[in-house]
Amino acid sequence: MAELINLLSYPFMTRALVTGTAISFCAALLGVILVLKRYSMIGHGLADVAFCAVSLAVALGLSPAQHIFVTLPVVVAASFVIMSLTRKGGKGDVAIGMVSTGALSLGIIITSLSKGFNVDVYNYMFGSILASSTYDMYLSIVLVVVVLIMFVVFYNRLFLITYDESFAQASGISVNFYQFLISFLTALTIVIGMRIMGTLLISSLIIFPAVTSRRLVRSFRSLVVLSAIVSVVCFLCGLFTSYYLDLPTGASIVGANIIVCVMVTLCTLRKE
Amino acid sequence: MEILTASSVTINYGNVTAVDNASFTVNEGDYFCIAGANGSGKSTLLKGIVGLCPIKSGHLHIHFPKEQISYLSQSNKADRDFPATVWEIILSGTQKSGKTLPFYSKEDKMRAEESMVKLGMEKFRNTRIGNLSGGQQQRALLARALCKSPRLMLLDEPFAGLDSSISEELYSLYRDLNKQGVTIVMASHDYQAIGKYASRVMLMNNSHVDFVGSIEEWRANLWQN
Repeated sequence: MAELINLLSYPFMTRALVTGTAISFCAALLGVILVLKRYSMIGHGLADVAFCAVSLAVALGLSPAQHIFVTLPVVVAASFVIMSLTRKGGKGDVAIGMVSTGALSLGIIITSLSKGFNVDVYNYMFGSILASSTYDMYLSIVLVVVVLIMFVVFYNRLFLITYDESFAQASGISVNFYQFLISFLTALTIVIGMRIMGTLLISSLIIFPAVTSRRLVRSFRSLVVLSAIVSVVCFLCGLFTSYYLDLPTGASIVGANIIVCVMVTLCTLRKE
Repeated sequence: MEILTASSVTINYGNVTAVDNASFTVNEGDYFCIAGANGSGKSTLLKGIVGLCPIKSGHLHIHFPKEQISYLSQSNKADRDFPATVWEIILSGTQKSGKTLPFYSKEDKMRAEESMVKLGMEKFRNTRIGNLSGGQQQRALLARALCKSPRLMLLDEPFAGLDSSISEELYSLYRDLNKQGVTIVMASHDYQAIGKYASRVMLMNNSHVDFVGSIEEWRANLWQN
């Protein structure tokens, strides 16, 4: 316990803990909808767009704290484009694949033409426990509040849209509004969380908790609650493992999620 | 009394004209079946009526507020593994446009309870929807649709994938609802059941309306062809 308190006396650790917990929580809630609607790869596509935006910000010579002024608008715009293409043509996987690979290649070209793969770009790709700033911490707290309000106020709407979009639309509910709201908040989650998790791994926070939890619950409400708990617990396990074993943070958190997912799958398969 | 009037309605599905120049009327109390092979434009027409597909040309007039329409789509796109209980799904049928309360009202819960009891689904209240049989799932979705106390129900091939005994049971259920005053518009390619239950029939063929008339006229038409 004393060691834990001692650990939290490091400002970087407090920042990582607060930001990461908030991001895991938000990603898990949004992930429930994205996974059930089979839009989960949107997270991965947006993370690749975020990498491209970071490469641009680094090439422009902006400081890490200023990167968000480039990444945020670019990723939010990309989320709207992906959602529009997905809704229009009904071929979401193709839209995500195109935007994602296009952005990744553009990011690599920008990086090669500027300073090459320096520490900044490397950290953004794979995540770092040291990378989270005070600014990220405050932003993540605001994000948690916004996501929580959305889930409390619009819970019934979100359930209906996730379960049966046609019925919701036929009932006069603005499905587009809620889908764009979810895309916007997913984009924010990725932009704030990518410094800890890395652009290559951030989408796992969206996918794993929902996939793990859906095997254990029978109601949507329980899925939302359990996903948030699983996500935060896995994040904490991954973060401390990363600190004590000196492993990359993002990979450790994904590792914790994979272990829990495999354990739950094996237990439920045995039960079935 | 007419409750739905379509005049020269054309609807595109993507770049294809799925419904071409369709004109028909639905009267209050009809059990109106839209017959036709797969791809004839039945589903798109229903989507057009409910506002899921934009109408390219022509005029479609519903003679009462749209909130009194319930729509049951061809196949629920949510996977069978969707984590939701029967109660959660039925209760969601009480949602209307413009009303975004974080919790369901007492009245909403009462209406959902009534629908659930009416369809005999109360024993499955806390059962996960995916654990029900195909017929029970349809009953749950029908209970959800009934939460709106609909005046008009639009049903898009509601028995697709169900065995004949369950389809028969559900057809009778819709007939009972129809007798209670709910107008039914159903897309189907089951000509035998249409002949047994419908009061009026419209036949669609390659996006065109080939025939509209009473069930007696339909039978005579089938006999002639």
